[in-house]
Amino acid sequence: MTLHADMLPRDSDRLAPPLPRWLAHLAKSRETALFVVLLALIACTGLARPQFLNLQNLRDVLLNVSIVALLTAGMTVVMLMRHIDLSVGSVVGISAYGVGCLFVAFPHLPVFIALAAGIGIGLLAGSINAALVALGRVPSLVATLSTLYIFRGADYAWVSGGQINASSLPDAFSKLATGSVLGIPTLALIAAIVLAGLALYLKQYRGGREYYAIGSNPEAARLAGIQVERRVMAGFLISGAIAGLAGALWLARFGTVDASTAKGIELQVVAAAVVGSVAITGGAGTILGATLGSLVLGVISIALVVLRISPFWEQAIQGALIVAAVAIDTLLARSLAQRMMRKRDHG
Amino acid sequence: MANAAAPVSSPKHRRLHLTWEVLLTFILLGSLAFGRLLSPVFVTADNLGNVLLDITEISLMALPMTFIIVMGEIDLSVASVLGASSALMGVLWHMGLPMPVAMVLVVVGGAAAGLLNGWLVVRLGLPSLAVTIGTLALFRGLAYVLLGDQAVADFPASYTAFGMDTLAGSFIPLPFTIVVVGAVLFATVLHATPFGRSLYAIGANASAARFSGIDVQKIKLRMFILSGIVSAIAGIIFTLRFTSARGDNGEGFELAVIAAVLFGGVSIFGGRGSLYGVLLSLLIVGVLRNALTLVDVSSETLTIVTGLLLLSSVLIPNLVASWRARQDRLSIAAKR
Repeated sequence: MTLHADMLPRDSDRLAPPLPRWLAHLAKSRETALFVVLLALIACTGLARPQFLNLQNLRDVLLNVSIVALLTAGMTVVMLMRHIDLSVGSVVGISAYGVGCLFVAFPHLPVFIALAAGIGIGLLAGSINAALVALGRVPSLVATLSTLYIFRGADYAWVSGGQINASSLPDAFSKLATGSVLGIPTLALIAAIVLAGLALYLKQYRGGREYYAIGSNPEAARLAGIQVERRVMAGFLISGAIAGLAGALWLARFGTVDASTAKGIELQVVAAAVVGSVAITGGAGTILGATLGSLVLGVISIALVVLRISPFWEQAIQGALIVAAVAIDTLLARSLAQRMMRKRDHG
Repeated sequence: MANAAAPVSSPKHRRLHLTWEVLLTFILLGSLAFGRLLSPVFVTADNLGNVLLDITEISLMALPMTFIIVMGEIDLSVASVLGASSALMGVLWHMGLPMPVAMVLVVVGGAAAGLLNGWLVVRLGLPSLAVTIGTLALFRGLAYVLLGDQAVADFPASYTAFGMDTLAGSFIPLPFTIVVVGAVLFATVLHATPFGRSLYAIGANASAARFSGIDVQKIKLRMFILSGIVSAIAGIIFTLRFTSARGDNGEGFELAVIAAVLFGGVSIFGGRGSLYGVLLSLLIVGVLRNALTLVDVSSETLTIVTGLLLLSSVLIPNLVASWRARQDRLSIAAKR
């Protein structure tokens, strides 16, 4: 990240009393805590409105969340390194339209090539971000804020008022969203595979661990021999590629795509990551947490509909959740650090 | 950032040394010429008035934003405060409150929003980027909760006229005079008072500032409140100018505001930049957008210009700095 809270001693001693044991346990495993929250949410909504728990609703949740969860995973990789990628929404938009145009030109394009084209567009966009941040030394907040504008503007110039309709898409492609394998929607399955692969990579592989090292302390990572620039570039390429793939899937899911597709989704994605306990200050967070974060937000938005609460509340609730998640994370991390310091000093 | 980006090494370089503000002045003149070239309508009084009117709210919000970014913090929630203020004004007016009371309450609401941001950043010590991404969604959400997708448009004509009138006998729109007054005030405070210098000190090194006796926490809290108040005022002006209170008013303005401040030469890391640069950059953005709109470039496509300006504000100084560093290395090598 480009901005840090200054490391002054604050009056946090007063604010963060020693934690009870169970709370400390939850703090260590935010994934467990999130999972409990998720189950509680589903259970409460289900109790209030039993019809919530039908298959169609759960399917909708899965389909809606899949795309956001994919984007959140890409964002996690970037956020781990103290960077941010605000351009994902614009990349989704331009990739969705690009793939749509391909189908208009070649109506019988195989699905596999369409997805690859989406990833290709995403990689291209990601490489621009990567070059700006790693080579041009532009802070990622500024660089991706600029490319958010530039990609979206380019999208508008390209689309110029037109749109892609579901009728121009071959059945095989639309099946990605409507079809299912073993009862799970194909689209969700694709997302799950990507997420699992990325989670494995971040947890088990040297390259994956390096993202955490860079985010914890970039200078130490450099001194330890990690090629920070190369890693940062790879991170933005991953985020771009995933956004490109998400764009193609967006097209399959919604069928209709115009220039404003996925506008503003970057906020939802950052929100999901933050709620999923990915630290905006880098070095902490998992794909599992990020995915649970996007699931929680997704379930809330459907639950609001089912509970007949005005959908206008959704954004306010999301905002309050982000603030609460950031506050809880920071305070827990700080009290944990304090207890470790005490342990070191006294025994 | 820009104005202190490159240490100057030889007399030849010193002569060529440009401050970012001088460069921005040339860019402004260039874009004025560009506008004249594109369309004969550009230099008419009416159109120049439009240029200023269109940047009124963004300029207003850019003033406290400059302070906050100079301190090394950021406030992404400004446009949401604008939207929530607009919605609140509509609701209060519909409740039958007289306009002056409604406007005062809206400003109080803005201060409360800023207080929340500041409290979270200062008291809980959370990163302002994360906090204000959250409150961006929260305040915009509250705006929708207040008004839904309704609009309130029946404000009294005596107030909405304010949004359309010009200053007696000139092309300067009345709302823009508030920006002028604000700019003079903010520039004086930032560049000619100890308080202003303390903002730079905080941005350069908050710990050092604290140890030299600056109450960092209190100043940060106050600046976030100030940002909330000014955003609420921008919300009132926006509402009167378009005679419409809506929840989605000013959506996405936060990015335009931050882009303008950074293009004005304020460092995202804090401690560097001037308000003059920010004002110049606001004018440049306004002129370019207006000129390109005159030749029918759609406003959505225009975001490319904003993006490129923002990018170049950081990229160009960086490239110049690294080019100079290389030149220096070469000249040292040649001397050996």
